[in-house]
Amino acid sequence: MPVIDLAVTPLRDLNSALHAIPPGANDINYEVLNPRGSHAVAVGIDAPVTVDVKGSVGYYCAGMNDGGTVTVHGSAGPGVAENMMSGTVVIEGDASQYAGATGRGGLLVIKGNAASRCGISMKGIDIVVHGSIGHMSAFMGQSGHLVVLGDAGDALGDSLYEARLFVRGSVKSLGADCIEKEMRQEHLTLLAGLLEKAGVTQVKPEEFKRYGSARRLYNFNIDNADAY
Amino acid sequence: MSYRNPYTPPRKSATFDDYTLAEIRRAAATGIYDIRGGGTKRKVPHFDDLLFLGASISRYPLEGYREKCDTSVVLGTRFASKPIHLKIPITIAGMSFGALSGPAKEALGRGATISGTSTTTGDGGMTDEERGHSETLVYQYLPSRYGMNPKDLRRADAIEVVVGQGAKPGGGGMLLGQKISDRVAEMRTLPKGIDQRSACRHPDWTGPDDLEIKILELREITDGEKPIYVKVGGARPYYDTALAVKAGADVVVLDGMQGGTAATQDVFIENVGMPTLACIRPAVQALQDLGMHRKVQLIVSGGIRSGSDVAKALALGADAVSIGTAALVAIGDNDPRFEEEYRKLGSTAGAYDDWHEGKDPAGITTQDPELMKRLDPIAAGRRLANYLKVMTLEAQTIARACGKNHLHNLEPEDLCALTIEASAMAQVPLAGTSWIPGKGGL
Repeated sequence: MPVIDLAVTPLRDLNSALHAIPPGANDINYEVLNPRGSHAVAVGIDAPVTVDVKGSVGYYCAGMNDGGTVTVHGSAGPGVAENMMSGTVVIEGDASQYAGATGRGGLLVIKGNAASRCGISMKGIDIVVHGSIGHMSAFMGQSGHLVVLGDAGDALGDSLYEARLFVRGSVKSLGADCIEKEMRQEHLTLLAGLLEKAGVTQVKPEEFKRYGSARRLYNFNIDNADAY
Repeated sequence: MSYRNPYTPPRKSATFDDYTLAEIRRAAATGIYDIRGGGTKRKVPHFDDLLFLGASISRYPLEGYREKCDTSVVLGTRFASKPIHLKIPITIAGMSFGALSGPAKEALGRGATISGTSTTTGDGGMTDEERGHSETLVYQYLPSRYGMNPKDLRRADAIEVVVGQGAKPGGGGMLLGQKISDRVAEMRTLPKGIDQRSACRHPDWTGPDDLEIKILELREITDGEKPIYVKVGGARPYYDTALAVKAGADVVVLDGMQGGTAATQDVFIENVGMPTLACIRPAVQALQDLGMHRKVQLIVSGGIRSGSDVAKALALGADAVSIGTAALVAIGDNDPRFEEEYRKLGSTAGAYDDWHEGKDPAGITTQDPELMKRLDPIAAGRRLANYLKVMTLEAQTIARACGKNHLHNLEPEDLCALTIEASAMAQVPLAGTSWIPGKGGL
């Protein structure tokens, strides 16, 4: 297993090594030591590698991940797994703002809490937060699923498109055009699958409420001026 | 005997002119502000208000058609391991697939490639056709992140982080539902037919300190190869340029209020931001104050129409210019041969700006399959290449007359201003004087 110590190895060497892994390579399990809050750790992965980061990271860890499995054994700064295409990112601690922003695919699991704007502009990613999320989460969310085992802050799902939101605890307030929706069997089945993928046990899908777009703001209408 | 007013001719108000009155009536009738494409239509100080001095006893000229006048430019020399080499300092500005038809994007790529310059993607991502037809392609990284894909990031030749644009500094966009075809909808991950809002600020960073980290991430993802541009609207050019440099930009793209947009509110276009002429010198000053002029390249856009505009922008300190509206005109936008159809749309050739409605008779700002067929991308690309060639020859003509063997050797000293306003903005003397408002002199 390649071990890269960021206390002595430049960040560029780590990322370039991850980008240079040829298809079918055997040595695909990386360990990163001493991240010490570094930004842009393990970004732009485009191969099925695993990266275990032993500590906390700064901004944009696992940004644009496409197929990798990145685990942060600590907390993550802003924009973790931003624009993820595919793969899995797991944060053992908390995540700062913009977690999973604009993500297009893959699974982001945050075992602690996530700050504001979690899942902002999400475009297909699945995000499961074991704790709570901050305000303005899933703002302009287009597609994908945001599952929150704890509570959600103000203005959840503001200006939401087709992203689906599941919250187990309380929601401080809903944003413009976001409403609570009926939880049908298809949603319970979907949620059970997401919880299983995220390694969540002893929590039932029936404990969640579902939120989505009322689709009242999909086409610009001057009579909705109060909502803009 | 009753008093009768003597006849006075009717006098229209300068404040409430015909256009203003019509706008008031239109607003009252519809209850919605005007949305349109393009840049500002108001008259603002511009390159027309500057003149070149040419050679004289103390400056000798170069022989036209005989002595070389270089037009090449290298962009991204500060940090990128693979900077961009262009034959001419005129690039094609970012315009989206979605706002423009596929054939229009192809035409821009073809014309730019023939001319040895770059073209730029826009909101909505990169299409295979555009990549295939553009030898040098700049990939815009926009707030909406529609179509954003790390594979496209890697197959681009440069990355342009768009903070703002001249038509609407501080504003986002809206692609109305009628232009959302199946393909556009798929690229943007949104349902067909709904209005697609383009965010006004990036979802995962705010401010110059964050921008520095975002640029770091983009460099890490692309292994430090790609030049990173930062595009700003003409709002606070000195500070925006300085902050972009501080954040690690290789290139600053500065777009004045004449720069076009696919669609936004007319009130925004006409009332927010500064004219291109007013933006260049503060930006150059910021680069010079930081010791970064010519190390971080400056691309200026917004109302560039001719080789003289190119030469003037470069003389004021830009490294290159970018054209959008002019490129669209070159490939056929607002062509009088469609006059009858423009009139049916309530407009006229030269004034048609309802690009967001998707009914463009020229087949450029539309996703209508039948209208799109009207634009032959090969012929249109050729027209763009012709136009770029003329602009380049014009700029060379002026540079030789000023005794310069490279367009970059043009200087503010080669210019004078026709108006006090232009003199103050461009910081070159009023013609016939050594006076620059605010700078002293006789």
